[in-house]
Amino acid sequence: MELTFFIAAAVAVLATIMVVTQYNLIHALLYLVVSFLAISVVFFTLGAPFMAALEIIIYAGAIVVLIIFVIMMLNLTQEDIQHEKEWLKPRIWIGPAVLSMILLVELVYIFTADTPDTYRSTPVEAQAVGMSLFGPYVLGVQLSGMLLMAGIVGAYHLGRQKKKVIHRFLERTEA
Amino acid sequence: MNTLPMEYGLLLAGILFVIGLVSLLIRRNIIFMLISVEIMLNAAGLAFIVAGARWAQPEGQVMFIFIITMAAAEVSVGLALILQLYHNLKTLDSDAANLMHG
Repeated sequence: MELTFFIAAAVAVLATIMVVTQYNLIHALLYLVVSFLAISVVFFTLGAPFMAALEIIIYAGAIVVLIIFVIMMLNLTQEDIQHEKEWLKPRIWIGPAVLSMILLVELVYIFTADTPDTYRSTPVEAQAVGMSLFGPYVLGVQLSGMLLMAGIVGAYHLGRQKKKVIHRFLERTEA
Repeated sequence: MNTLPMEYGLLLAGILFVIGLVSLLIRRNIIFMLISVEIMLNAAGLAFIVAGARWAQPEGQVMFIFIITMAAAEVSVGLALILQLYHNLKTLDSDAANLMHG
């Protein structure tokens, strides 16, 4: 069962190297999702199933989708229909697909294996994490809430487009 | 239940962190730089999870939740900054933003 950790680790390193060597942002993000999935499998083998779920939901779900939205909003001009056609070639998605298949086979093996040592170490369940999070670390939770509030306000303030309030008469004289 | 040696997990976290750091240093596309920061934060969280699994304590996972919260806040503010940069400079090159208005 140690093999599951090493395969997932190899997939993670390989996918991360592919992320930083790509020139196309969408291709890099495709490999980035695979990297997060591999690290999630590593968390699972280390006995942190709740963190594995959080890794997929927040990193591979929320953050990557946010970056994709911004790339779409930027509306990069050189990426036209021809690029769009190039993106759908099999050699683009065959790499992430193969790496994801490795992870899927590994996960199915972990769930179907009857050996009691599914986890490489003693699992720490979500209940213990919650008790610790809202016990001794409740101050950190409150600070996280303040940080998220500051993030929302900052993102709203920075992302707002400056609206020019100019009277019709002034606009015509300027132009 | 024989546990995996802690060194392998920490080695994986170190490799991922170094990949992210090198990418942050050599890339000039600002979205790639943001992705590199995400990789580095993820590697730091992995190190916390490995350490928490070594002693079977929940503190490592608590720290990972804090790191993931911080990464979410950081990426939202960073993407807002990228939108402003692209709106003003019409490019994603971080070297283009080396002049001050003043």
